[in-house]
Amino acid sequence: MSSNAITADNKIYHRRRMVNATMLFISGLTMAFGLFWLAWILIVLLQKGFGALELSLFTQMTPPPGSQGGLLNAIVGSLMMAVMATLIGTPIGILAGTYLAEFGRRGWLAPATRFINDILLSAPSIVIGLFVYSVYVAQVKHFAGWGGAFALALIVIPVVVRTTDDMLKLVPDSLREAAAALGAPAWKMIVFVSYRAARAGIITGILLAVARISGETAPLLFTALNNQFWSLNMNSAMANLPVVIFQFAMSPYPDWHNLAWGGAILITLSVLFLNILARSLFRRENS
Amino acid sequence: MKTAWLQNFLKYAALGLGVVVASAAGAADITGAGATFPYPIYSKWAEAYKAKTGNGMNYQSIGSGGGIKQIIAKTVDFGATDAPLEFAQLEKEGLIQFPMVIGGVVPVFNIEGIKPGGLNMTGALLADIYLGKVSKWNAPEIVALNKGVKLPNQDITVVARSDGSGTTFIFTNYLSKVSAEWKDKAGNNTSVKWPTGVAGKGNEGVAAYVQRLPGSIGYVEYAYALQNKMSYVHLQNRDGNYVDPDDRTFRAAAANAQWDKAPGFYQILTDQPGKESWPITGATFILMHKKQEKPANAAVALKFFEWAYESGDKIALELDYIPMPDSVVKLVKAEWKKIQDASGKPIAY
Amino acid sequence: MQGRGRDALSRFVENLMSSVTAAAAPLDAPASSTSKQKPPAAGTLAWMDPFFRNLTRFFAFFVFSILAAILVTLLFHSQAAMSKYGIGFLFDPEWDPVKEEFGALVPIYGTLVSSAIAMIIGIPVSFGIALFLTELSPNWLKRPLGTAIEMLAAIPSIIYGMWGLFIFAPLFAEHVQPVLISTFGPLPIFGPLFKGPGMGIGMLTAGIILAIMVIPFITAVMRDVFELVPALLKESAYGLGATTWEVVWKVVLPYAKVGVVGGVMLGLGRALGETMAVTFVIGNSHRLSASLMAPGNSIASSLANEFTEAVGELHSSALIELGLILFVITTIVLAFSKLLLLQLARREGGQT
Repeated sequence: MSSNAITADNKIYHRRRMVNATMLFISGLTMAFGLFWLAWILIVLLQKGFGALELSLFTQMTPPPGSQGGLLNAIVGSLMMAVMATLIGTPIGILAGTYLAEFGRRGWLAPATRFINDILLSAPSIVIGLFVYSVYVAQVKHFAGWGGAFALALIVIPVVVRTTDDMLKLVPDSLREAAAALGAPAWKMIVFVSYRAARAGIITGILLAVARISGETAPLLFTALNNQFWSLNMNSAMANLPVVIFQFAMSPYPDWHNLAWGGAILITLSVLFLNILARSLFRRENS
Repeated sequence: MKTAWLQNFLKYAALGLGVVVASAAGAADITGAGATFPYPIYSKWAEAYKAKTGNGMNYQSIGSGGGIKQIIAKTVDFGATDAPLEFAQLEKEGLIQFPMVIGGVVPVFNIEGIKPGGLNMTGALLADIYLGKVSKWNAPEIVALNKGVKLPNQDITVVARSDGSGTTFIFTNYLSKVSAEWKDKAGNNTSVKWPTGVAGKGNEGVAAYVQRLPGSIGYVEYAYALQNKMSYVHLQNRDGNYVDPDDRTFRAAAANAQWDKAPGFYQILTDQPGKESWPITGATFILMHKKQEKPANAAVALKFFEWAYESGDKIALELDYIPMPDSVVKLVKAEWKKIQDASGKPIAY
Repeated sequence: MQGRGRDALSRFVENLMSSVTAAAAPLDAPASSTSKQKPPAAGTLAWMDPFFRNLTRFFAFFVFSILAAILVTLLFHSQAAMSKYGIGFLFDPEWDPVKEEFGALVPIYGTLVSSAIAMIIGIPVSFGIALFLTELSPNWLKRPLGTAIEMLAAIPSIIYGMWGLFIFAPLFAEHVQPVLISTFGPLPIFGPLFKGPGMGIGMLTAGIILAIMVIPFITAVMRDVFELVPALLKESAYGLGATTWEVVWKVVLPYAKVGVVGGVMLGLGRALGETMAVTFVIGNSHRLSASLMAPGNSIASSLANEFTEAVGELHSSALIELGLILFVITTIVLAFSKLLLLQLARREGGQT
């Protein structure tokens, strides 16, 4: 069915098709490229970390070089700081996000806060660590788990603010208007209608924030430091997984390397698990 | 009501908070920070001490510079440094300083096929390598000292320290003594401007890099070379003999120390005379405040150090650290009387 | 969302009605429509509304002021270094803790160069992945592939550092760097970039690992903006006989251009601030070198390595000034990114 017009332009047409095919092929290659790195890192992590995943990892403390041990104090320290950071950061984040979504339709504070919040979301976490060191550690004159918790809370807050804001904005205004029409005061409307409606999204945000702080090392370097022994004392230096991994990985000792990989796989699995949990929760509640 | 999840959450949060608050009256751990030079022995001692008495000594190996900084800032109970502070600075900061163990700084290298002690080197050559003047393993200067050794045509990757380090202080002290050019270009300090190479964090970082990078050379405290089966250098000492690092050669160098004549126990043991002396020997020191704001912690710390002096010898020698001789321990304990609580009473330990 | 909302609303209504009847009961009248019913809790808890509003406003203001607080604190603590070195600090390559001469040139250079490498590699790759996910991939593959790429963002940076140091660097040194050095080293202009022994660690390695880390961020934004392009525009182009590539390159990209730049800036902001992955593989050397094979230092890795051990007020202050510089650079880049994305959203009438 070729007409003269098409035959005449055949060369150009073929070149356009070639370019198209090439570019789409390259696009496929980039996709494979991205997946390749993901697969490589995960496989290495599993290979090296799996061997370290034994019971002693969870029952013994971090050892001095040359001795056997585990990561118990680091795991507990990280958990404590993460819980504290979440307890501190979540209410602040939710309340601030509530302001942005519910009360911030007029005025300058809401758009400005949203803007700044998005900057904080991607700010270098080592600067957060410096900040907390200057205002807390240097003032109380000792390293503390609390410092680590504050630094992590400062990372939790922007995530929770953002997701709360987004999720509350998704709640249809008709619900709010219905509540208002029934005579509900604003706070009741927010707490009992908006929050309930956006509950899944807000929890997703909290889970994502926890996932984010699980892997953060830089803010803990100058605040919580590290601790060789078992300690539940948040008022002094506290063991934590990321700093322990950093220390052990940069050392020359093979048993420390082994523990570092074990810790690495623990962190990665928790982060991936939290991400998947957050996603499925969100999807289930909103389908 | 579907607030059951909220109730449960609050319950667990309160429980967690309770655990945290209850444990705020936590264990009697003392904290120390500083030199990575003695970290292998301090951590072994801490483990043994904890097993024996239940008291923990939490030591963070962050480098001598860090130890000095943290003790001055009073964020730790004691600081550890291999770069001794001069008496004037000790007085200014209200600190006392005493030596804990003696060890040796050892140049280590990673050349395939050459065993520990299989490479001869002089101090001057070491300085030239670190200055970047000698950059290949088969350079004539190295070949001249090592006839019969197969040296590869490989670039020398110099590994130094990125953090403030007493080990660096001891090492650059030695290099400054054997090379006027080094003294001029880089000098003797805990942190210098390295003319060439990569930098690792802590003795651990340097050891890790040398293990990983073929054709590299670095300097570490001997325990690190021992624990990681690294190849060390056969170094020529002041008397012209080539010696290997071990407790015998460290002791020979340390025999020249005059502890009683030095205020603040300030002694540098590099390039010492003696047939068997290891050229890069050094002591590592503990820093504590004279006026203790936390006398209970100071007491625990002093008890630990006393135990280390009296019962820690065997563990130290296993790692080729030289324990301080009894005469020095006596002098140290006399110095401890200067550590006092707020009322001026020496801390009882 | 509708179902959930309706549940909440009906429960709320029940709640309200029961409080209404509870309030009305003591009036001892039959619950008929003729009896006067008190509005629920009119006088009590009237303070809750303004309290709640002010509470949320307070915390919003708190978040708003965090940025300023960080800035002020860093400024305050860099006083010592700033007054001693002045503006020359930015251009001084010396970093000598002994002589107390500090200059930010080497860390700034390292930060910028490693981020530049990350962008050069990351932008085309992200573009390709976004293209694949929006135009090429069959629908059933979109979600799993998209999730897989997002997993790259979820992997903590310390893992990237460990993998980079233990696995990637040795392989890079043994197989790739010699090839790069021998192929590009002798070339006239780019030659000096590829000189020197390949140690595996160094500027190029740091840049490559950073590229992998920022790909998911740039890809996510590009995907979102590609999907914002009105189908009508694309279909018009297809209707005229354009190939897929031509539609993307000549219709989608120009339309989404602002958003794409915003996404790129977001990735750049992340690359500039990345600490752990870079600290493991950049080599920690305070020397300026043209070669990408050489070790260097970035602002974040200098801080991570030296801050806890900096003795002397000047050293600490110089490091904090470095932190301030990093913070200012990333804030500007991220603000710019946000402005661009807002502009796109405004044009769309949608939300970013």
